[in-house]
Amino acid sequence: MISALWVMIGISLVLGAVLGYSAIRFKVEGNPLVEKIDAVLPQTQCGQCGYPGCKPYAEAIAKGEADINLCPPGGEEGIHKLAELLGVEFKPFGEGKGPRAKAVAFIDENTCIGCTLCLQACPVDAIVGAAKQMHTIVASECTGCELCVEPCPVDCISMQAIPEDISTWKWPYPVFAIAPVRNNPQKAEAS
Amino acid sequence: MWSSPFISAPASVSQIMLRVIFAMVPGIAMYVWFFGPAILVSITLASITALATEALMLKLRNRPLKPFLTDNSALLTGWLLALSIPALAPWWLVVVGTAFGIAVAKHLYGGLGNNPFNPAMVGYAVLIISFPAHMTHWLTPHGLEGIVLSFPDQLNYIFHGILPASTTLDALTTATPLDTLKTQLHLGLPVNEIRDMPIYGHLAGKGTEMVAIGFGLGGLYMLYARIISWHTPVIYLGTLFAIAGLFHLVDPASYVAPTFHWFSGAAMLGAFFIFTDPVGGPTTIKGRVIYSAGAALLTWLIRSYGGFPDGVAFAALLMNICVPLIDTWTQPKVFGRKGDGK
Amino acid sequence: MRTLYRFHGGIHPEEHKLESSEAPARRAPLPKKLILPLHQHIGNGAKVAVQVGDKVLKGQMLASAQGMISAAIHAPTSGSVTAIAQHPVPHPSGLDGLCIHLESDGEDRWIERAALDFRAMPKPELLDRLRDAGIVGLGGATFPTHVKYGLPSGQRIDTLVINGAECEPWITTDDRLMREHADGIVRGIEVLRHLSGAGEVLVGIEDNKPQAITAMRAACAGSDIEVVAVPTLYPSGGEKQLIRILTGKEVPSGGRPTNIGVACNNVATAYAIHRFVDHGEPMISRLVTVTGNVRTPMNVEVLIGTPLTEVVECAEALPGTTGYILGGPMMGLEVDDLHLPAVKSTNCIIAKSAQLFPPPPPAMPCIRCTRCAQVCPADLQPQELHWFSKAKNFGKTQEYHLFDCIECGACAYVCPSHIPLVQYFRFAKSEIWQREHEQQAAEIARERHEFRMFRQEREKQEKAERLAQKEKAAQAAKPAVATPLPVAAAANADPDDTLQMRVDADIARANMQLRIDAAAARAKEQAAAAQPKNIDALTPQQQAEIAEIEARRAKLREIASDAGADDEPPKQI
Repeated sequence: MISALWVMIGISLVLGAVLGYSAIRFKVEGNPLVEKIDAVLPQTQCGQCGYPGCKPYAEAIAKGEADINLCPPGGEEGIHKLAELLGVEFKPFGEGKGPRAKAVAFIDENTCIGCTLCLQACPVDAIVGAAKQMHTIVASECTGCELCVEPCPVDCISMQAIPEDISTWKWPYPVFAIAPVRNNPQKAEAS
Repeated sequence: MWSSPFISAPASVSQIMLRVIFAMVPGIAMYVWFFGPAILVSITLASITALATEALMLKLRNRPLKPFLTDNSALLTGWLLALSIPALAPWWLVVVGTAFGIAVAKHLYGGLGNNPFNPAMVGYAVLIISFPAHMTHWLTPHGLEGIVLSFPDQLNYIFHGILPASTTLDALTTATPLDTLKTQLHLGLPVNEIRDMPIYGHLAGKGTEMVAIGFGLGGLYMLYARIISWHTPVIYLGTLFAIAGLFHLVDPASYVAPTFHWFSGAAMLGAFFIFTDPVGGPTTIKGRVIYSAGAALLTWLIRSYGGFPDGVAFAALLMNICVPLIDTWTQPKVFGRKGDGK
Repeated sequence: MRTLYRFHGGIHPEEHKLESSEAPARRAPLPKKLILPLHQHIGNGAKVAVQVGDKVLKGQMLASAQGMISAAIHAPTSGSVTAIAQHPVPHPSGLDGLCIHLESDGEDRWIERAALDFRAMPKPELLDRLRDAGIVGLGGATFPTHVKYGLPSGQRIDTLVINGAECEPWITTDDRLMREHADGIVRGIEVLRHLSGAGEVLVGIEDNKPQAITAMRAACAGSDIEVVAVPTLYPSGGEKQLIRILTGKEVPSGGRPTNIGVACNNVATAYAIHRFVDHGEPMISRLVTVTGNVRTPMNVEVLIGTPLTEVVECAEALPGTTGYILGGPMMGLEVDDLHLPAVKSTNCIIAKSAQLFPPPPPAMPCIRCTRCAQVCPADLQPQELHWFSKAKNFGKTQEYHLFDCIECGACAYVCPSHIPLVQYFRFAKSEIWQREHEQQAAEIARERHEFRMFRQEREKQEKAERLAQKEKAAQAAKPAVATPLPVAAAANADPDDTLQMRVDADIARANMQLRIDAAAARAKEQAAAAQPKNIDALTPQQQAEIAEIEARRAKLREIASDAGADDEPPKQI
């Protein structure tokens, strides 16, 4: 009886030591989950999720405060990835909250008064210009977050859809030739 | 915009299935020769049931009827099932088995191409578990003592369960060679004495051995026409021969010769028609080798130690379960990656 | 007899080569108008080197190579540049690309030409000359030839493989070229051998082209170039497959033949090099097979940029033609109208008819028969790739090595369910590329955002420090009197730096708002007039400058709309 107790105590001590050691040895700095979630997010920094940027949204998701379907630029694919990462069910976008077509901001340079408000709004410094000078968008860096549209006092910023060209064209998903019966009543009758 | 290629080989699913069905003809001819035309009745019944069930399920699942009814896969399932159960089985047995196979094992899993289990074998398993007594009414081959039933009398029995006066079912039917072997071994008889019983021929059971040869011939045609790859039948029959041969050498009194295993039961049908079913089988060459060897081992084990006289159907179903795992394990090396890990 | 190796799989589709292979190649009539896409090769598009209105001579460079992987484009005939504008180009998307439009003057006057003494030339210079001659691989991928031989140090080439296999059905350009110009090809091979330094040169030709083999053997007599007949089996003309057949080596996945000491070029490329080195002619024409549902199937020598309608006219399409295939039936692309130019990769035009190319039967579900895996020359499992592509499970497709697929079409050819497997794979590939692109964009955006936050923090601190110093100085000067500046007062009242900044910012913002409101009002006032609105309180000098700029803009706009390139807003200075 006593020896059994000693054995149990011994085992618990050894296991405790192992656990304690690994807690120090394999210590993870920061919250790895936030980093992982942040890596999935599209980094538009658009705030459409209601958080001031992608990282804060990632933190909110990690804490369980935010839903995973709040990021329109990430698309459904993004929700799927988050669902997989967090081991939760896929959740569709709310009504009218789905992703919009990809676009970049464009400044009508005739109207721009050089107020620099859009410069301050841009989360990725994709607008160049200075006070009283005309501004312009660096289209290749623009994430299409639309944060610059609102502050412009003269409404000279518009979002322009990115047209499809040969370099961005994608092969379409093959259309399965077998159509359900209800879509093809004549054929069904013929057979 | 349609993608290349713009030409295709003439093969089609329905043509492949039709050729498989065609390859069953020699075996069926032997069946009719030795056991009378009753089997044709069950095949017809199974065909009608299979097509009707297929049509019904397609309708329920909102799929177009024509391409799937003409792909001949339902027909093949029906024929396989009809060949696996006794010819003199009552009509509803065939109907229930076929309908279950098509409706549950095939369509509830997503229809053509998506069923993990061979529908015919599922149908067979359901029947042998649910109606074991009816599944023993195997006809006695012609040339043995016993009464030969005329074709109208056979029909009368299949559809109405009525036998001509003065005959009993026992006089008409007999246990299969595998079944007899199992029973007699239990009673303590050595193999050589059992093999002297009148139901046995040169290789295995009288009649049944010729049916097996018929299926073997059909199988050779399929190999010739490249409908099936040689791996499955060769590995299956080879493994079965090796295991059975080994035990037969060690203890010939308790274990029958490997040729007996080949030519009795559904071994030949299995080697060429059941284990070669692509839908439930593995997709890699290595996988097929593992699958066929496993199936042979299970067939032999069930026949030698199991509760059922034949093991082909259960071997097929058990190996079907393993297919996803086998496939994942046996992915071949890709061109230009032979050197590295994978 | 050389030992030949096998690659896995392969198919034997009907060849249909005799239709076009027996008649000698003809020259297409000089087109009136030529359209030269800037992007005719893998890599970066060429950079325009002429202006609208320029008169150019045949062989004159119109666009120069741009970046590492690129090649030049030349005028195929003499004439004038009428436009530099978008035009449909041969691409599966059917979209437009930027093209130089050239109107022929009918004189076909050559620029000055001179043969090259390639052996006397340093290798880098020869490579540059090839690039500037627009020499790209004519086997189908149009990979710039000079890039193949610009090896990183430490790599060397032992074997030069010349590809004359031409395994795809219907196409016979290489066959014709080898029969008619074997000597020229061998001259080109000598240049390539000189470039590669290879000890062994192997010419692989499928054994269904006996005349070509004979012609090439005759031309190679006396040299150590070995002409090897390889068994006819599609796709033995694939670069990796041919190298495997001839050398037994496998090009590593994701690698190039040079990784295993092999260089591979097409016979037509070798011939183009011969034309350049011995005659000074850049790549301005090529052989094209016109076949299928046409009256006289044949091979035509076509100037690059010739509208395909004129190419097909040589052979005369028959009634019942339902469309055209550019390239072969296994890997080509389908086009509905022929208002596309012939480009460097155009090797074949097939007129489709319902008899020759019956429409594919409807696709059935996969029955896992693995006929596709049996014929895959890359040892892939197309059925697995199909399931994962269909389910849009792109991660899995990559695990099953989707990108080792060469899109040869053998799997779809044998599929008894007639599943468009190649399209599934192309779909998955382009989705993955787009995703990778987006991932990179997100990475850049993250970095930029983080830098911005860092910059804002730094600016805040610097400003705070400046303020603190100013305040110190002010206090030292007038210790008793409170600073009149409200900013400093606020700063004084609150020692917290951030709060200080916030107040500062508030005031700045308020000031700014005033100014903005005023500006907005002014802007609204002038809303009707299409005048620039940031012109208040300017010196006369600035006014003059603006006027000048305006004039320039107007001119630019005019040019842009003339050129038809007005789908992009004109770039303004």
